[in-house]
Amino acid sequence: MNLSKIFKNAFLVIMFGLIVTACATKKSVKTTTESTSSSTTAAETQKADPIEKLDALMQGDVYIGSDTVGELASGVPDRVFFATNETILTTASRETLRKQAAWLRQNPDVTVVVEGHADERGTREYNLALGERRANSAKDYLMTYGVSSDRIKVLSYGKERPVDSGSNPLSWSKNRRSVTVKAN
Amino acid sequence: MKKKLFLIFLLYSIFKPSVSFSIVEIDITRGNLDPMPISVSPFFSNKDSRNKIMDILKINNLGLEISKVIENNLEKTGLFNAIDKEAFLQKPDIAHLKPRFEDWKLIKSQVLITGKVTSKIINDKDYINVEFKLWDVIGAKMVDGFSLTTTPRSWRRVGHKISDKIYERLTGENGYFDTRIIYVAEEGPKTQRVKKLALMDQDGFNTKYITLGNELVLTPRFNPADDKIITYMSYFRNMPRVYIVNLQTGEQKVVGDFRGMTFAPRFSPDGKKLIMSLAKDGNSEIWVRDLETNIQEKLTDHPSIDTSPSYSPDGKFITFNSDRSGYQQIYVMRSDGSKVKRISFGKGIYGTPVWSPRGDLIAFTKLHKGKFFIGVMRTDGSGERLLTENFYQEAPSWSPNGRTIIFYRETKTNDEGQGFSAKLWSIDLTGYNERLVKTETDASDPSWSSLLGN
Repeated sequence: MNLSKIFKNAFLVIMFGLIVTACATKKSVKTTTESTSSSTTAAETQKADPIEKLDALMQGDVYIGSDTVGELASGVPDRVFFATNETILTTASRETLRKQAAWLRQNPDVTVVVEGHADERGTREYNLALGERRANSAKDYLMTYGVSSDRIKVLSYGKERPVDSGSNPLSWSKNRRSVTVKAN
Repeated sequence: MKKKLFLIFLLYSIFKPSVSFSIVEIDITRGNLDPMPISVSPFFSNKDSRNKIMDILKINNLGLEISKVIENNLEKTGLFNAIDKEAFLQKPDIAHLKPRFEDWKLIKSQVLITGKVTSKIINDKDYINVEFKLWDVIGAKMVDGFSLTTTPRSWRRVGHKISDKIYERLTGENGYFDTRIIYVAEEGPKTQRVKKLALMDQDGFNTKYITLGNELVLTPRFNPADDKIITYMSYFRNMPRVYIVNLQTGEQKVVGDFRGMTFAPRFSPDGKKLIMSLAKDGNSEIWVRDLETNIQEKLTDHPSIDTSPSYSPDGKFITFNSDRSGYQQIYVMRSDGSKVKRISFGKGIYGTPVWSPRGDLIAFTKLHKGKFFIGVMRTDGSGERLLTENFYQEAPSWSPNGRTIIFYRETKTNDEGQGFSAKLWSIDLTGYNERLVKTETDASDPSWSSLLGN
């Protein structure tokens, strides 16, 4: 009895250790890929744009400018942007989505499609999945702020509908997006 | 598309192949830097046949045209070097009867191909009969040949079938010329691309458009067991779904009744099943659907993105890519979804694994340090070999003999966002012989058919 309890605890400790190391490995892997992508970012954009200008448009590699951004309604931006290969919402994205949710709560008859997009630097099929995941990330947040799921459809375009045709990190950052579009 | 694409072939061998053929032989397992010199004599027709064929096809010298199809096919392999017809000393009709081997040796030809085209009427219908012979110039003997009767407008296929026979005889490998490529034809600016399904012969001729461009279409793939059937993904009615199309009847149907986006379809080697991804609620999993029983089953179960599945040729395994390790890598599992094992461990991101029809290799796309590579590895992930590097390229598809890979490549745009293009390219397994594949428009997502049936 006692012995089995000890084993059980030991097992839990080991499991915990494994989880921690697993997380740590994953994290270190992530940071290496991110650092390589940000270093290419810097290298490739130096020619095209002055660095100060780029700093005003990108945070890390997430687009924070206003070019291409439309409105879902007056004062409500229609889109949010993502980091490379990421589906996590930034602070600014969450603010935009809260505005969208507030407006949708005030206009209960409106239904929307959240369109998920990826940049061109990935294989087509993976990007379809990534776009779907980004759109759902936005949808989930809208739902958290009181918009019922049956009012929100998601549609992934993968990398098929870029908004900026450039082949540079700034263009790519504008294309990694989810756009909330009125459906009715 | 509604037109009948496939016509009846009457194929029979009239010559006994000689037992051994050791003098002229090509090793294609290595990059070939010393192509074999060959002569393809224009196939000859008598006056009556020539006039008759001119009436039907409006082609003045069909025999010459057929010899050009053969020449072009063989030269594109990088294994053969066709000698200029201007240098030929012997007339086509006499050469076909009995070549003077000294004349062909003189122009350094190791192999000679001759032939004859005759018009025929069977049951009041016009046909052409094409006879060909393959001669070993050094051994001074005929080594192969056949005669084939077909409808006149299938004449290019005759050239492809003859090319296959020659390739098989000289390399010991199956040919891949009597095949088609299905792909996505692209037009318009990068932000508003119009995409259509297109079908063409392997050499870029006889292009047919299967869809009109009204909706976005992606990733067409042949059924390896039936070249009249393809699968693809369409955004018809803004519902991105996997479809199956019968190219002969034009019949088209959505695969399964899934709530969510279905994509990345591929047939099983026997054509009886379809594997694809289903994306729902932010998660993509791999599913299989039995096309006979309509039973569908989820094969992967992981919160990561699992997609781009491809069967092994024996149907026992499936390779796919997943980002469950944190970023895209290649995995292999049993075809029932059990025993999932990661196989790619090199530096970079790996995707679009496609099992070779020979079973021994997996072709893939790799992204490393901002460059895209097409490569191959063994099915356990060992022996990785990168064949080609570029700004952007992906979607490898194997030739049916597993010797050549076709893929698409996109160019980088300039600072104004202009200069975008997408083209098909092919490269040999050896990493040599990279070639642009001719298409009428920009093109992507190529899929190579099996050797065509009748």
